[in-house]
Amino acid sequence: MAVGTEYLAEQPKLRTSAIVLGAIAIAALLAAPFFFYPVLLMSILCFALFACAFNLLIGYVGLLSFGHAAFFGGAAYFTAHAAKVWGWEPLAAILLGVAGAAVMGLVMGFLAIRRQGIYFAMITLALSQMFAFICLQVPFTHGEDGIQGVPRGHLLGLIDLNQPLAMYYLTLAIFLFGFFAIWRIVHSPFGNILKAIRENERRAVSLGYRVDRYKLGAFVMSAALAGMAGSTKAIVFQFATLTDVQWQMSGEVILMTLLGGIGTLIGPIVGASLVIALQNYLAASDFPVLVLIGIIFVICVLLFRRGIVGEILEFTKRRSKGAA
Amino acid sequence: MNTIFGIPTPALYGQILIGLINGSFYAMLSLGLAVIFGLLRVINFAHGAQYMLGAFAAYLLLNWLGVNYWVALVLAPLVVGVIAVVIERTMLSRLYGVDPLYGLLLTFGLALILEGAFRYWFGAAGQPYAAPSQLTGAVNLGFMFMPIYRGWVVIASLVICIGTWLLIEKTRLGAYLRAATENATLVQAFGVNVPLLLTLTYGLGAALAALAGVLAAPIYQVSPLMGSNLIIIVFAVVVVGGMGSILGAIVTGYVLGVLEGLTKVFYPEASSIVIFVIMAIVLLVRPAGLFGREE
Repeated sequence: MAVGTEYLAEQPKLRTSAIVLGAIAIAALLAAPFFFYPVLLMSILCFALFACAFNLLIGYVGLLSFGHAAFFGGAAYFTAHAAKVWGWEPLAAILLGVAGAAVMGLVMGFLAIRRQGIYFAMITLALSQMFAFICLQVPFTHGEDGIQGVPRGHLLGLIDLNQPLAMYYLTLAIFLFGFFAIWRIVHSPFGNILKAIRENERRAVSLGYRVDRYKLGAFVMSAALAGMAGSTKAIVFQFATLTDVQWQMSGEVILMTLLGGIGTLIGPIVGASLVIALQNYLAASDFPVLVLIGIIFVICVLLFRRGIVGEILEFTKRRSKGAA
Repeated sequence: MNTIFGIPTPALYGQILIGLINGSFYAMLSLGLAVIFGLLRVINFAHGAQYMLGAFAAYLLLNWLGVNYWVALVLAPLVVGVIAVVIERTMLSRLYGVDPLYGLLLTFGLALILEGAFRYWFGAAGQPYAAPSQLTGAVNLGFMFMPIYRGWVVIASLVICIGTWLLIEKTRLGAYLRAATENATLVQAFGVNVPLLLTLTYGLGAALAALAGVLAAPIYQVSPLMGSNLIIIVFAVVVVGGMGSILGAIVTGYVLGVLEGLTKVFYPEASSIVIFVIMAIVLLVRPAGLFGREE
């Protein structure tokens, strides 16, 4: 279902302009907290990373996971517990969350990759719902209350993360690390095999690839990165609640990716920024956010399935072809 | 007092009955999902919302127009069926050529719109809907007291399931439907209006969900959240049963409902996840589902 935009890499001229654009984007992100509310920016960065992690699976393997909230929210719980109850250093707590999400990804992925397409979506949804029920019942998550008042702590025992700027730059560093990890995965030989599986699974099998292992590997990586986003969010916002593990959250990350552009590297970032900004804007009004999210879903699916970035890429591609 | 495995029998029978009721709804909803999926190749995520819509239609018909339960039992599915036909004609039919995942995403969006809108108008709390006077009270079955309405739901759902099964397996319309599931192009070449068949199927599936919603209204409260809570469990039921067979969907629904009820007796902590655990086991042992075919 992806749009296939390995187009940038094939065109040296565009590649240079992509590097320039990337440098400008990083400079803008470094300067951003001086112009915008840092908490909003950090929220966007966390969700952008979450959407990028989700996109790794749908965009490059063609697997629609309807259960990514389990990794995002699960990791948030692990990190919050480690930081608050065990008093761990924030980075160690985040790493624990990532490891926890990776293990969950291994278990859920092992079950879910046994079916394809629509069944895969339903299985991941059901398993994440099961996880949400478990989170509601086990004591360490504190049920409906969630884990509140998580200390941000001192990074490596040195830098006080209660300073908004320090927290922002840590979040940005984690986001960039995650984004470049995904970029590396997508452009590695491993990533190419994933794309081959997406395009034609049977052919990949006949070429001798053990497709299930590649799918599981991608699933675990995607889960770990989604967990990284959730863990960071738990430190930034200092709480972990049931909201983050429920199916609505899985739906939201699908929407962010779909809106921005499935299978494009920066699409999920654009989508996440728009959705978070919109939610932030609507928080003051009493307009039901759920209805709006639903409407955006319907519009995206019916009118522009490539997403915003995907449509722009397609447009420039067609124009450059027309010129040549 | 009689006991089985240390559990008093009335408690056991009571939970089996509750399980049978829940199973009735699992069966009716997974049946509708299977019928729609069979022909349209779309997983109808809005199925839960259509079930909720059925319950709300009954509630609103009663409170705004004074229409009683029995009339609502006919009117609500009709209304929801017509809405579904409009949805299929204007939106879903545009997606038949593309990846089936888009159908799932579209219906997911529709489910969010419906749930969000009803939550906005009625709040998240449930509204009570009284059972019709003819079906209130309870009968003594000798081994337990059975509320009449609950007995009615079990019987009605059995009739609905068997009726739908007969419609698909034994009638001419059902034969067209099954043929179109196998090879739509060929059936169209024989002069059957396949697009119309698709529209009717979606309408029928949604009407079934709405009918289940009306039946559910007096048991569970009428709430905007009733659909989304149920639909995810029904997805698990569908994965367990496999969507290859209508009968399989029905049987799996009832069996899982009863198993869930039994879990409530023997190990209540696990009752909310038992169906998902069974799904995981089935995936390990028989990935295609109990009644499914590998595609």
